[in-house]
Amino acid sequence: MKLITAVIKPFKIDDVKDALKSAGVQGITVSEVRGFGRQGGHTETYRGSEYQIDFVPKAKVELVVDDSNADAVIEVIRKAAATGKIGDGKIWVTNVEQVIRIRTGEQGPDAI
Amino acid sequence: MLAAATIDSGATAWVLVSAALVAFMTPGLAFFYGGMVRSRNVLGMLMQNVFAMGLISLLWASIGFSLAFGGTGAWIGNLDFVFMKDLATIAELPGYTGDFGLIIPVLAFFGYQMMFAVITPALITGATADRMKFSAYAVLIGVWAVIVYPVVAHWVFSPNGWLFKRGALDFAGGAVVHINAGAAALAVVLVLGDRRGWPREAMPPHNLPFTILGTGILWFGWFGFNAGSALGANGLAAQALVNTHLAAATAMLSWLVVEKLRSGHATSLGAASGAVAGLVAITPCAGFVGGMAPVAIGAVAGAVCYLALRLKTKFGFDDSLDVIAVHLVGGLVGALLLGLFADTKVNALGFDGLFFGGGTGLLVDQVVASAATLAFSFGVTFVVAKILNATMGIRVSTEDELVGLDQSQHAESAYQA
Repeated sequence: MKLITAVIKPFKIDDVKDALKSAGVQGITVSEVRGFGRQGGHTETYRGSEYQIDFVPKAKVELVVDDSNADAVIEVIRKAAATGKIGDGKIWVTNVEQVIRIRTGEQGPDAI
Repeated sequence: MLAAATIDSGATAWVLVSAALVAFMTPGLAFFYGGMVRSRNVLGMLMQNVFAMGLISLLWASIGFSLAFGGTGAWIGNLDFVFMKDLATIAELPGYTGDFGLIIPVLAFFGYQMMFAVITPALITGATADRMKFSAYAVLIGVWAVIVYPVVAHWVFSPNGWLFKRGALDFAGGAVVHINAGAAALAVVLVLGDRRGWPREAMPPHNLPFTILGTGILWFGWFGFNAGSALGANGLAAQALVNTHLAAATAMLSWLVVEKLRSGHATSLGAASGAVAGLVAITPCAGFVGGMAPVAIGAVAGAVCYLALRLKTKFGFDDSLDVIAVHLVGGLVGALLLGLFADTKVNALGFDGLFFGGGTGLLVDQVVASAATLAFSFGVTFVVAKILNATMGIRVSTEDELVGLDQSQHAESAYQA
């Protein structure tokens, strides 16, 4: 099993969710995060004083999938989140040792 | 001359409504400032403002009003009206006779003036944001509401006051409220010190929608502040209302133009700030100028107050939310421009300014009144702040400042995670 983590532009979150649902994904976890990558931050001006805002708001999507689905899901997210402009974000994949459904106690791929 | 017993029901109704409008300005100010602080200090800011509605009202009823409007002295009132003695039954106030005779009950005047006394020390909170102990703030504004505000109100508002008698004009509190509070804010900031990290760290406003909301409440309430100061429901009140609105509108635009030219964008905080700068500047002038004068006053106020923002970085004092640039400088702009634009055709009880054939006499009186208010408020407030700092301490600990006023002073959080 794989944990797929995607950090994307916040306004792309609905597109990514819809695309994943259409692809048959059963559940995702999202959070509002801040950070910087190659895009860097931006400046804001308050009463004439400029501030450098280093951390840009991003959305983080996390989901666990069976190994056999990982590549397809990654491609779905990549397509849905892409704008072609700098700051589109990243997707990374980590191995998952175990998944347990709390209600039933099911384990492994059955719990996904 | 009006008989003292002549009470006009229309005038009374308007002043009572105006009192409610001015009362609404203090929570408006709380949101105006509350939006500009960092999220961990927003309750601290709201609380300091709302608290003034409690403490200052009681002090005003106990002694403040009497020190401001009792007796016939030139320098300070007396104790005739302490604990509201006789206020409900007295026919007239000392000095308010003849041309200045009130056509509203003294008690209505008392209530209306109470709201001014409440909001004035609350203005200081914008300068001291994020780092002042709540207990020290409470003592400071309590002392201030007894030994500073009523004195200046007596000098300027009471027909017996030395600045009033001298001929200085202040329709609704340019000196009494704005120069007074702005000078006090500067004094407290100098004792209090800068926010930790200022000016290196970015301290952007945490909720500008609050600030815009607060601006709307202030603008709305200011009609009671300025037009209510006509103390009648008449043409003068209408003139003051129109002047107030035009000055705010123009100052908002002029601030935005200068801001766009100098820093590239017209910002929502700029629109809010410009409007308030215009409201401040028109306050002393509201019932003494007419025609397009409020537009000129607003245009100057918006631009000058924007440029005055740089004073704090130039001189290195952390006036956190720009009380000095907006209220002190805006108040001075209004007081001085009144010396140019005052027109006795608008208000026969005023004087003509330089542009209306009155020569420089009024301008000189305006300079004297502004300087006297500034010097007295700054001096006394500085001494009070120094004494409080040496005894109870006025600044929170570093740890409390980092945690934020909400948790350290009030054991609350505005936003639950």
